[in-house]
Amino acid sequence: MADKRQVKVKVNGVEYEGYAEPRKLLSDFLRDDLELLGTHVGCEHGICGACTILFNGEPIRSCLMFAVQATGAEIMTVEGIAENGKLHPIQEAFNEHHALQCGFCTPGMLITVYHFLKENPNPTEEEAREAVSGVLCRCTGYTQIVEAVMAAAEKMRIAA
Amino acid sequence: MSGEKKKWVGSSYKRKEDMRLLTGRGTFMDDILLPNMKHAAILRSPYAHAKILDVDISEALKAPGVIGVVTGEDVKKASKPYPCGVTIPTKYYTCAVDKVRFVGEPVAVVVADNRYLAEDALDLIEVDYDPLEAVVDIEKAIEPDAPVLHENIGSNIYNHRFFKYGTDWDTLCQEADEVVKWKFNFPKYAGSPIETYGVIASYSSFENSYVVYNNYQGPFVNHALTAMALGIPENKMRWIIPTDIGGGFGTKTGIYPYCALMSIVAKKTGVTVKWIEDRREHLLASATCTDRVTYIEAAVRKDGKILGLKDKAMDTTGGYIRPPEPGCAYRSTGNHTGAYDIRNLDREVYIVATNKGLTAPLRGYGCQELYFSTERITDMAAAKLGIDPAEIRFKNFVQPEQMPYTTATGGYYDVGNYPAAFQKCLDIVEYDKMREYQKKARAEGRLVGIGLASVVDPSVTNIAYVAIGKTIEERKNERDKSGSGEAAIVKVDPLGGITVICSTNPQGQGHETVISQIIADEFGVHPDEVVVDSVLDSSDRLYSITTGSFSSRFASSGTTAIVRASRQCIEKAKKIAAHLMKIKVEDVVMEEGKFFAKDKPEKAIKLRHIAGAAHWNQYDLPEGIDAGLFGTSLWTMPTSRPPDGKDRVNSSNTYGFVAEAIVVEVDQETGEITFLKWASVHDAGTILNPQIVRGQVLGSIVQAIGGSMYEEQAYDEHGQCLTASFADYLCPTAMEMPKVDVDHFESPSVLTALGSKGAGEGSSMSVPPAIGNAIADALAPLGVVVDELPLSPSKIWHMIDEAKAKTN
Repeated sequence: MADKRQVKVKVNGVEYEGYAEPRKLLSDFLRDDLELLGTHVGCEHGICGACTILFNGEPIRSCLMFAVQATGAEIMTVEGIAENGKLHPIQEAFNEHHALQCGFCTPGMLITVYHFLKENPNPTEEEAREAVSGVLCRCTGYTQIVEAVMAAAEKMRIAA
Repeated sequence: MSGEKKKWVGSSYKRKEDMRLLTGRGTFMDDILLPNMKHAAILRSPYAHAKILDVDISEALKAPGVIGVVTGEDVKKASKPYPCGVTIPTKYYTCAVDKVRFVGEPVAVVVADNRYLAEDALDLIEVDYDPLEAVVDIEKAIEPDAPVLHENIGSNIYNHRFFKYGTDWDTLCQEADEVVKWKFNFPKYAGSPIETYGVIASYSSFENSYVVYNNYQGPFVNHALTAMALGIPENKMRWIIPTDIGGGFGTKTGIYPYCALMSIVAKKTGVTVKWIEDRREHLLASATCTDRVTYIEAAVRKDGKILGLKDKAMDTTGGYIRPPEPGCAYRSTGNHTGAYDIRNLDREVYIVATNKGLTAPLRGYGCQELYFSTERITDMAAAKLGIDPAEIRFKNFVQPEQMPYTTATGGYYDVGNYPAAFQKCLDIVEYDKMREYQKKARAEGRLVGIGLASVVDPSVTNIAYVAIGKTIEERKNERDKSGSGEAAIVKVDPLGGITVICSTNPQGQGHETVISQIIADEFGVHPDEVVVDSVLDSSDRLYSITTGSFSSRFASSGTTAIVRASRQCIEKAKKIAAHLMKIKVEDVVMEEGKFFAKDKPEKAIKLRHIAGAAHWNQYDLPEGIDAGLFGTSLWTMPTSRPPDGKDRVNSSNTYGFVAEAIVVEVDQETGEITFLKWASVHDAGTILNPQIVRGQVLGSIVQAIGGSMYEEQAYDEHGQCLTASFADYLCPTAMEMPKVDVDHFESPSVLTALGSKGAGEGSSMSVPPAIGNAIADALAPLGVVVDELPLSPSKIWHMIDEAKAKTN
């Protein structure tokens, strides 16, 4: 058992300080130490994408990074998407288009789409489909997810 | 009531569950944190078949943070083998005792301060194995010289039965113009929900009782069987299922052994133990469908009429057989002949032991295995007779005027119009036009195929089907079993708010939303005013052995229980209203949440005031009426009867219909499949929420694409599992999901309160044969025969390559 190291991160705008063994996964640190339970762990080998977070603005698999590597980083998790008690347009679109069923992959899906629409506010359906293909969903068949992404893009363009 | 136009039911009311799930506030199994909770990790067998000579835990016990270790010996002392519905003496414990029989079987459990430390200690357990020869092939497993998994059984046959319905097979063959026969292989694949299994168990020595949090999806028969395995009364084992379950698909019916295992671990270590399965454990050792070998024959007349079927189905449930198996082979008994009017069936069933992972119901339970063989042989018969695959189906459908129709095997189809629903599917896909297109494409040397499937989708399992695993003689010595009960409590609080406590245990199907829609219609309130509590707690919820979400039960039996509980509550409210208004109960009318005398609608009393009277002034209630305002129901479908003396059983209770029409093109160079067009038409009875039903259908399609083309729990000849990560076990991504035109043909069930039938499993059953038929049709010019799944691009490429080599 190695000594614990200090981990200082900013998550959803809030500064956190904790201590973690060097081998502790960032996903486990977020859940176990910070009790931010919105980030879900589905495979722990970087394929399912449920644990996707924004790490200094880039989407990463939090199960493929150690907590100690996150010191100094700014992180956004699913808990940070809605603001002032109001759903983000992406979340609204997911609700309107039935883009989630069990909701377990949804945090990773939302973060992925959040980043994608920042990069590409006016995507084609094919681009939207490809963007979400890094997150596995076993419930929906993806069709309604792609429809929601397209609807969210439109909502956000109108709002912008 | 069925088919009647409602205000809220039938609308795409947006899901209420989404608010918490979109904002990271769901409560899934791993989100439950209890005081002083410790963490378990499981040591699993690296061998498919081996004797356990010794398990040395001494070093593990000394490891940092370790609280205790439990082995198979402990489990043997603390529990009995699970009861199972077969006559052979099964010995399924939740942890290997003396011997391991599949890779991934639990061998020992470590409890430590955290999961990391528990996993560290697993490496320090020394297990002395004596490896034995393994058998993974179903047919090899029943050869006389095969290595035997269970010495006490003496062979690898868990179950073997013969059935005869109607005319003798040899006589039938004489009447037939052709007898078409083939052998099919169906693969072993899984639901692989993104949330894995999870259990938190604690034990109190003072009361000798257990509390077990877990994400089990039902059926709750396994709550009773787990209590039996632990040798305790059922009410001493409280199970709590959290609000949110991250997908089930049948796979999460396989959690219950871990509930027993972690209970034993909690008792031995004296701490509250949490175990969250990791993905490798899940892929190795959770549960898949059974893989099946089917030998099938169809006796057909020249005009396409199928006179009878003869089949021998051989399933393997892996290293052990456990409940609800042998359901894999018997759950589809009543709908064995599918959508066709076939009166003669000759059936043989084997359930076989092999050194592979264990099984559980998987979305479609047993029907995809069945229909892959029956729908493929139907196409083969059509080809042999030179008639169109659509035509042979029309020739054999049960006709609408035959409804209600009792199948040769005892299924009771209450309603349906299969020819019309099938025609709708053909129209959507533009069948005739696509046949023309195919002709042109073939002339250009392209491999275009059209695949059809038309199947009956059985929902709401009647638990009676399991008994079919035993002979009529054997059943005579046992008590009958039957039922499909589902529970609901509807209560109105002192301020008039309505809360529903459902026992349907959802895993993403939107029950909270649909229940709110139903209550809104029944009580004349807005769905947002209704609160639905979907936590399932065995100590304070109504439940029965059939409780849970499986076999698409919610839409039929769950909703009927909700309606019945609501109406019971409303009847009571009417009695109180009559008392308050000093009129007869018969004269009370309820409309849009208001109660009034039928001749004085202007003097209405609101539900809130009746609830007020029931709660706040309990003295002044009509004679014989209890205080409060609530209704309860544990409703079982009247069609859930035990099997009869001729092995006939109504194995489900509502029967929907699915027609699938798929147009594919196969790339000769790469084996890649492109879906050019796809129509999927469902008769799920009354549609309760179109958007949710669409999601269910699309979801079942993507899983069936997975099982038909990409997913397989694969083994080498030594029983080593080759697919223990998502890099090897390939789930479809968004890129693999084609555009599918989903449509409906509604024949409301006359058996359910709202006319609804199941919707979420139909395409799980129809897509594997439809894809098989489509690819077979595409490759037919090359002389390739399609008789197994999954049809991955590489497999197709090899098939094309072999066929070309033969002709050259």
